[in-house]
Amino acid sequence: MTLRPDLTVPDPEALIEQPGSIWGIVLRRFMKRKIGVAGLILVTFMVLVAIFAPLIAPYSYTQDFIGQPGAERWAAPCVNFLGCEGTQHLFGLDGNVRDFFSRVVYAARVSLPLGFTTVVVAIAIGTVIGAVAAYIGGWVDNTLMRVMDVVLGFPSLILAIAIVFVLGPGLRNTLFAIAIVTIPQYARVMRASVLSVKEVDYVAASRALGASSTRVLVTRVVPNALTPLVVLGTLGVATVILEAAALGFLGLGATPPTPEWGAMLAAERARIFTAPHLMIFPGLAIMITVLGFNLVGDGLRDALDPTLNR
Amino acid sequence: MTGYIARRILIALPVLAGVLLVVFVLVRILPGEPCTAILGERATPEACERFNEANGLNDSIIVQLGIYAQNVVTGNFGDSIRFSRPVSQILIERLPVTLELAVAALTLAVVAGVPLGILAAQRHNSAVDVGAMTVANVGVSMPIFWLGLLLAYLFAIVLGDTPFALPASGRLPPGVRPDAFWEVWGLELSEEGLASNVAEFISNMEIVNAAISAQWSVMWLAIKHLILPTIALATIPMAIIARMTRSSLLDALQRDFTRTARAKGASESRVVRQHALRNAMLPVVTVIGLQLGALLGGAVLTETVFGLAGIGTALFEAINARDFPIIQGFTVVIAATYVIVNLIVDISYGYLDPRVRL
Repeated sequence: MTLRPDLTVPDPEALIEQPGSIWGIVLRRFMKRKIGVAGLILVTFMVLVAIFAPLIAPYSYTQDFIGQPGAERWAAPCVNFLGCEGTQHLFGLDGNVRDFFSRVVYAARVSLPLGFTTVVVAIAIGTVIGAVAAYIGGWVDNTLMRVMDVVLGFPSLILAIAIVFVLGPGLRNTLFAIAIVTIPQYARVMRASVLSVKEVDYVAASRALGASSTRVLVTRVVPNALTPLVVLGTLGVATVILEAAALGFLGLGATPPTPEWGAMLAAERARIFTAPHLMIFPGLAIMITVLGFNLVGDGLRDALDPTLNR
Repeated sequence: MTGYIARRILIALPVLAGVLLVVFVLVRILPGEPCTAILGERATPEACERFNEANGLNDSIIVQLGIYAQNVVTGNFGDSIRFSRPVSQILIERLPVTLELAVAALTLAVVAGVPLGILAAQRHNSAVDVGAMTVANVGVSMPIFWLGLLLAYLFAIVLGDTPFALPASGRLPPGVRPDAFWEVWGLELSEEGLASNVAEFISNMEIVNAAISAQWSVMWLAIKHLILPTIALATIPMAIIARMTRSSLLDALQRDFTRTARAKGASESRVVRQHALRNAMLPVVTVIGLQLGALLGGAVLTETVFGLAGIGTALFEAINARDFPIIQGFTVVIAATYVIVNLIVDISYGYLDPRVRL
């Protein structure tokens, strides 16, 4: 019998975080934050667009409508739902009379994989450099880190431009250029992480048990350094997509007819005053994708940082 | 402190040397012959030979490296292959454009970013906080060139007939040619020499030139032309500074010294201004210094969108045309500035936070 039914005692069990794997806890804490969830929704949306591009886009990204009734270069959007009578072109037509909506949708298949691959390549190389530097130490550490400092000594976009000029334009070279300029940040984080866990007891124990250096590095040290790399890598995808779009805008990225948001903006730049829709949608697509990854990265950082309980 | 500064400089010097070496190597391995890039695809082998001889491209790579090192030390990068003019002269024309833009953008970023961050931290979890951070998050996620194009469309076309209209390209309206300040002052400028170079450099900053020579209408025009590029370039640094200020101040507000200040009865504004903010500004200062790289990279894009003849566009054109002397001279200036500013940030950080010096 309760005397005050309006007073409810909170269940003490619910106040304690359920035990589970570290990533289970991280996931729960991540899902509690609106900002990370919002980012996850944006990223999921763009990933789905990329995967199902052929189903979403009504036309191929190369198909032109030259000679068809009502099809003009830089035609404004025509949406049947809003009362437009002609053939439906949600985002209008571009300078080559191609369906702009289809091109913006297909471009997700270019930018997202580019972002992921570049970050994976940069992390793979960066972590090896950082781990080796920290583990061996001495002059190897010094040399490797000074080389990283030199790369960081350039404004990243300017170095990326120079590298693409050397390698030649194109998506693969964009990937390499941006990977190279972003390697140092991963190397530094990996080095710091390895240095911090190198001396802890379980690593010493592992070594005392006779495990080889490589084995200790791979099974004990690296997993513990992954946490900051996950956050940095997520934010890194955002950076890569922005820089790749910038290179595309300068005419150094994807080559025609590959649809790429930055290159699409550059191609229709001169139409800004007469056909603004050709400018708005690719930029919006870049912004949504980049914003999504930034928010997920922030959410992950908060979820992984136990001292941040705001 | 002296030891700390010396140590930072000792670390910075090899980095600078490495940067200069990378520039040299990158320029040499750029595909495409400078000869055909400059003289045209159908240049005869003889013409190419003469061209290479005249520009020192036939020397061995070691000799070229030596000449390059000498150029770096003396600050003389020879003549541009395309324009047949000294690189330093072109730098005097182009650098002020970028400098004016970068200084304006960094000022705007700090003036807008820091208060935005403070406001968000003070009203933590309020609508103001959420709003400010949404703006900041969207700000860092927007491509500079897209924001630039949108601003140009909005202010030059949509608002084109209203008092809010702003010009979207160039530094001054076509036809407006302001007098250099020394002419207004009635000074004679010698043909060469440091003084005339400095004077020319200053006069190429349109706003500064107009301000010191009291050409107010020109100054107003120049400011109006600079507004849109400045906003485009400032947005990302502003957002980063706002976020850093917020998180740093939030952290400081939870510290013991803040509680002590509150406990002794200090007013809330005094707690924030005198105690928390002072401690919170250290990482903010670093972040502000580190924005230079973003500004220089962003300048290439901003100058492209707004048709400004700064070092960003000059460098881009030079790489395209394989104009070695310009590429070398300009990248050296950019990279050296970058390394030196980072050095200054490091040193000022050590000055602000004694723990760093250890």
